[in-house]
Amino acid sequence: MDYELLDHEADIGIRGYGNTIEEAFENGAKAMFSVMIDLDEVNPQKNVEIKCEAPDIEALFIEWLNELLTKKDIEEMSFSEFKVKINKNDLYTLKGVASGERFDQKKHKPKIEVKAATYSGLKIGKKDEKIYIQCVVDV
Amino acid sequence: MDLLNLKRITDYEWELPKQEDMRVPGMIYGNRQIIEHLKEDVRLGKDWNALKQIANVACLPGIQKASIALSDVHPGYGFPIGGVGAFDEEEGVITMGGIGFDINCSVTSLKTSLKEEDIRKKAKPLLDSLFKTVPAGLGSTGKVRLNLHQIDEVLIGGAEWAIENGYGIEEDLEYIEENGRVKDANPENVSEKAKQRQFKEIGTLGSGNHYLEVQYVAEIYDQEAAEVYDLKKGDVLVSFHCGSRALGHQIGTDYLKILAETTKKYGIKIRDRELVCAPINSEEGQKYFSAVCCGINCAFANHEVLTHLVRKGFKEVFPDEELPKFYSIGHNTCKKEYHEVDGKKKLLYVHRKGSTRAFGPGREEIPKKYRKIGQPVLVGGTMGTCSFILRGTEKGMNATFGSAIHGAGRAMSRKKAKHQYRGDRLLKELENKGIYVRGHSMAGIAEEAPGAYKDIVNVVECMDKSGIAKKVAMLKPIINIKG
Repeated sequence: MDYELLDHEADIGIRGYGNTIEEAFENGAKAMFSVMIDLDEVNPQKNVEIKCEAPDIEALFIEWLNELLTKKDIEEMSFSEFKVKINKNDLYTLKGVASGERFDQKKHKPKIEVKAATYSGLKIGKKDEKIYIQCVVDV
Repeated sequence: MDLLNLKRITDYEWELPKQEDMRVPGMIYGNRQIIEHLKEDVRLGKDWNALKQIANVACLPGIQKASIALSDVHPGYGFPIGGVGAFDEEEGVITMGGIGFDINCSVTSLKTSLKEEDIRKKAKPLLDSLFKTVPAGLGSTGKVRLNLHQIDEVLIGGAEWAIENGYGIEEDLEYIEENGRVKDANPENVSEKAKQRQFKEIGTLGSGNHYLEVQYVAEIYDQEAAEVYDLKKGDVLVSFHCGSRALGHQIGTDYLKILAETTKKYGIKIRDRELVCAPINSEEGQKYFSAVCCGINCAFANHEVLTHLVRKGFKEVFPDEELPKFYSIGHNTCKKEYHEVDGKKKLLYVHRKGSTRAFGPGREEIPKKYRKIGQPVLVGGTMGTCSFILRGTEKGMNATFGSAIHGAGRAMSRKKAKHQYRGDRLLKELENKGIYVRGHSMAGIAEEAPGAYKDIVNVVECMDKSGIAKKVAMLKPIINIKG
């Protein structure tokens, strides 16, 4: 399992798994976009670069997800594939690539809009030898 | 912290006693069933539960009287949904968790001169026309296109901007909370990203729990108030629920980061990261407040453009209908208001997360026509049940800073609802009951299944019995469009 959605009464919890934290970030992004669209219908033909930073790794996850939502809206994109590289200096910095294509209301089978990723339920954990990172997204 | 030991004040008022770092007690306005549901989440050790959130809010500096939860309470992020927190101007904080990402998510109701049977005769063409005219669903864009300069005018002008640009009419302003515009909005405190995200989103409904509904008055509970509100059995209203769209989401996102810094800078102890905040009388606090005001005005503008579109769609089928505004209220706001605390009038910053203003009789903020009986409180139900119009009370002014519930409140997660219900089957069932529903997403419809929500009749009954807001009328849906 790469990602899963978690029970939350008002909103939705998302969780990404990986062998590394970077992979967990990538799958976390997949989880979030799976709330909005049918990932299988998206052709990952256009790359969009994402950069962000934060004082800790958990906050970096929120920055990453929110930056993706901003790019999705401004550039009117649907994303389905993600690549992440994380470095630690004074701050944690992330360089990433989101791949997808222009949003298509017919093709991408839109479901429900994610307004933002929140600090709620934000945590890193381990399950079955894999790292996971999770948070609640506001829908 | 002992979250299970609640003190029963009356059957509809429960206190979470002050303990550990709590500066005030928690107060929950609900019956035993609602209280038990909250306790169950604690017993199950859920990652997020509303009682813990009520206690966390009670620990914030400068909070007045109580950390309040209304009968539609359920777990949110930071604040519970259905939460109210009022903070002192000098010692208090303004917090992200009390406002959220969908700033001024609101309900507008328009009045028609039609009766239930008039709509039934033309329900399908009306559904078609409204569905076509009002953009909704994920990724939908409006006809209004803005640039960076124009969007600043929207953020300052609110509903007035819309009217100046040909959407809506002057008479609408009297019947919008704050008359459609809050004063403290400064677009300089809103990022360019936030503005860019909004360029095409004015005049769109959004998705999730956002909807547009044609409904009729099925029951009147308070004849005197109904006369003042000019509501009779069988009367038809059109109501919709949506907010400030992507601009509000990005203001939340931007300030989540900024307020994380200020929380550290000012050494404010918070028990949940989502409660990041700033002192109200700090530069950062005032900047955030002015950005929230921009979000509030953006939602007002959006509602006014939607009002225009609804009128247009309605006229296609009923050309003589003008659809005057009945009232427009807001959820997810922080507002500067005067309230009485310990016998003194104080200026407070009132946060309402998933709750709405519900001012009692006499307050000058209420339209003149409604003033003597209190403001209308529009409570949105699910697409298969009913909605309510309540009125604000004196008791509510004292107990909840003039606040009441915003909806039924969810009882089941979206994930579970999607497993349990099927969108297409639901639509059939509802149509058999005479309710015509159309949505942009079948999965979205399943998530919003009536069975995924608390029983609105029970939730409203708690408001009525506790005296926080009194029942005036019940509305039943005929047409519902889901975002």
